[in-house]
Amino acid sequence: MKAVSALVAVIVLFAIAYMVGPSAKFVFGVAVPYAAMAVFLGGIIYRVAFKWGKAPVPFAIATTCGQQKSLPWIKHASLENPSTTGGVILRMAFEVLTFRSLFRNTRVAVKDGPRVTYDGEWVLWAAAMLFHWSFLVIVLRHMRFFTEPVPFFVPLLQAVDGFFEIGIPALYLTGVGLLLAASVLFLRRMLDAQVRYISLMADYFPLFLVMGIAITGILMRHFMKTDIVSVKEMATGLATFKPVVPDGVGPIFFAHMFLVCVLLAYFPFSKLTHMAGVFMSPTRNLRCNSREVRHINPWNHPVRVHTYAEYEDEFRDKMIACGLPVDKKETEEPKKAKAGEKKVDD
Amino acid sequence: MSSDMPKPEELARVSFQPPESDWMDTPVQFKSGTYNFPAAKKNVEYLKMPNPHAWAVDDKDWMLGDKWKEKILDGISDRLQKFRSFSLFMDICVRCGACADKCHFFMGSGDPKNMPVLRAELLRSIYRKNFTVAGKLLGSLAGGRELTEDVIKEWYYYFYQCTECRRCSVFCPYGIDTAEITMIGRELLYELGLGINWALEPAANCFRTGNHLGLQPHTFKDNIEFVVDELETATGINAMPSFNRKGAEILFITPSADVFAEPAIYTLMGYLLLFKYLDLDVTFSSYASEGGNFGLFTSHDTIKSLNAKMYHEAERLGVKWILGGECGHMWRVVHQYMDTLNGPANHLEVPRSPITGTVFENTRSTKMVHICEFTADLIKHNKLKLDPRRNRKVIPTFHDSCNPARALGLFEEPRYILRNVCEQFYEMPENTIREQTFCCAGGAGLGNDENMEMRLRGGLPRGNAVSYVRDKHGVNMLACICAIDKATLPPLVEYWAPGVGVCGVHELLGNALIMPGESEERKAGKINLRAEEDDDESEGGGDV
Repeated sequence: MKAVSALVAVIVLFAIAYMVGPSAKFVFGVAVPYAAMAVFLGGIIYRVAFKWGKAPVPFAIATTCGQQKSLPWIKHASLENPSTTGGVILRMAFEVLTFRSLFRNTRVAVKDGPRVTYDGEWVLWAAAMLFHWSFLVIVLRHMRFFTEPVPFFVPLLQAVDGFFEIGIPALYLTGVGLLLAASVLFLRRMLDAQVRYISLMADYFPLFLVMGIAITGILMRHFMKTDIVSVKEMATGLATFKPVVPDGVGPIFFAHMFLVCVLLAYFPFSKLTHMAGVFMSPTRNLRCNSREVRHINPWNHPVRVHTYAEYEDEFRDKMIACGLPVDKKETEEPKKAKAGEKKVDD
Repeated sequence: MSSDMPKPEELARVSFQPPESDWMDTPVQFKSGTYNFPAAKKNVEYLKMPNPHAWAVDDKDWMLGDKWKEKILDGISDRLQKFRSFSLFMDICVRCGACADKCHFFMGSGDPKNMPVLRAELLRSIYRKNFTVAGKLLGSLAGGRELTEDVIKEWYYYFYQCTECRRCSVFCPYGIDTAEITMIGRELLYELGLGINWALEPAANCFRTGNHLGLQPHTFKDNIEFVVDELETATGINAMPSFNRKGAEILFITPSADVFAEPAIYTLMGYLLLFKYLDLDVTFSSYASEGGNFGLFTSHDTIKSLNAKMYHEAERLGVKWILGGECGHMWRVVHQYMDTLNGPANHLEVPRSPITGTVFENTRSTKMVHICEFTADLIKHNKLKLDPRRNRKVIPTFHDSCNPARALGLFEEPRYILRNVCEQFYEMPENTIREQTFCCAGGAGLGNDENMEMRLRGGLPRGNAVSYVRDKHGVNMLACICAIDKATLPPLVEYWAPGVGVCGVHELLGNALIMPGESEERKAGKINLRAEEDDDESEGGGDV
């Protein structure tokens, strides 16, 4: 049901842009893209710099996944339990670029016996890698529409991405990869009983949105051609703040761009902020040397403590009687005053 | 263990099929044996926490007090500003489900709300509804839901079905740590006076007497003297330590279970023999007589309040540094909280082993050394005469306790000791040790009898790994470095892996240590610290 609502939402968004876009060029070609970009940038900046960034990291709560740095003859896991900033940077690089933690994933089964088994589970990791890396390459490839001259790496990426030269123009592997990965992630959500149970509409919606973007992109390149020169003119216009909406831009383009705009605007208010959040996660981005270097908590307020003097005042006689050393030899206050507190002791 | 507990084969027949109804529409059911009893009013009062009141889980009305919703929402708002972890973890979960089958309670119960992701969603849904634009506008479409008394009851059940072991955080692609969520969730419940007694009574006792059973100074000393007597019977050696001695070089703090609970007292015997052997200038404190910190299961302020005694006592006694015994959550607090909360300990010196001269650079600021670090260094420098043959009947495996594993990364030190004091040593399967280790399912305040079914369910993965090495290698001892483990693992292995014992690493060290002046019986390896006599002359292998 949640999946169906999400799918319907994306289809409606597509239909609006496809049908209304060509007759409301300024809205869909200029106003919406600028608004979406503003919301995206503003939203991410708010979240990173103000919401998360303003909240301090009061404790050094790194999750250690390897041997600590202790005695010099014990091999230290500098990547999984980093004690230096360089180590943290490496740990984060593996996390962000290779999804290191997800790579550890296992699938547990409890069999008769009982016997608990742990099998490697790489589908999620592989689909996530394919999804995110394809997405990155696609975004970088699209720079050819927004820049003049086009940066050197863009044609290079295009050449590699279209290496197999299937069809004319060459089919991009990343386009297919993104669609495939999104489909796997969707199927996993539907077919795995547990994952389906935890899924919200907010989990299906971005998947369908990305699929919609990929499908419209592939359609536009291979089947429902639009005037590429006009598209570049329009994109460059947007990027240089001299917006123009030339004729010849087809409805499929408006649909493609509108879905991208929705994704941008939706981004800061959704789970998609994990893109920025992963860099700030205190269980991963802290050094694990909290006994070597003191971690500072800016709000470390005083609390009620039970001092030794209070303790000795309460127990002095008993301490003296059993031969424990005391700081003061005599009880200064009547013992009875303390009798009430003994309730706690049982 | 109660006789009505189902047989292991039955208990392990877990259904992983989620219910028909959506989790937001499935109210919590308190099933006997799977929840913890409420904190007694007197303990809430003693710690001066809000809304102390007497209540029971079965009560329809939990008497949450006036304006309870505001208190919860204000509490969330306050913590969103104080903890980046909380603020971030409320937003960035993508519900990929990688954490789902990493939780021992989920594995043993199949209850979907024991998936770490859903445990966090119990709180996230309230956060979304009240603190996010999407949740305010779209409600349940955006994953938000109303805060009701049923939500509070659900929190109480599931935030205390988490042992804060942090295994899920190893697998999360964003490092989301359920322990942060449940620690803050528990703080929110305390705003309404709701807690569990097994965590709060020890906390209240620690506050007053310094240790969690509430042993007063003379009783604490008596208990150690009793252990010393037993030790003398077993070894012929009197290893009486000093107490509250000013001017000692080292203050030794260990979980107080070591002084009164089996098998932890044998670990204490190991320490005492080691100190005697080294003639170490060390003292115990009756004031800072608890290494464990029940604040970690209660609130951040209580962590600080209880932990303050360590530095306070070290300063009063004028010691140079602190040595800490085998404990799990104590070491999370010492490693990740103590210096931040109660430091800097400028009155102490950087710890240096008086025997080997090794300076423990990794403790330069906190100035507290783990006994396994200390002992491993001694063995490496050949400062201990050891006879592993005395442990020939023991075939150990090592249970990495959650906190030394995932908060410190203390993996090799205890293993190095074990390999030097035992003739054999076998690891459990790799998915169940080191950073992937499984909890004893009784940590974080859950190790009480009323919660036994849930403990045994959560103990399934650990118990199963133990039975695996028992059957494959003849392992008959589960060594560990945590006092809660020593209390909770015995019923767990008795249920899932009968025939395996539980011991501390320093108990095995104590067995193997060749002490000057020891009894002939011990010299011949015929008696161990448990005073178990062995007349069998056969070599090695054991009889399991």
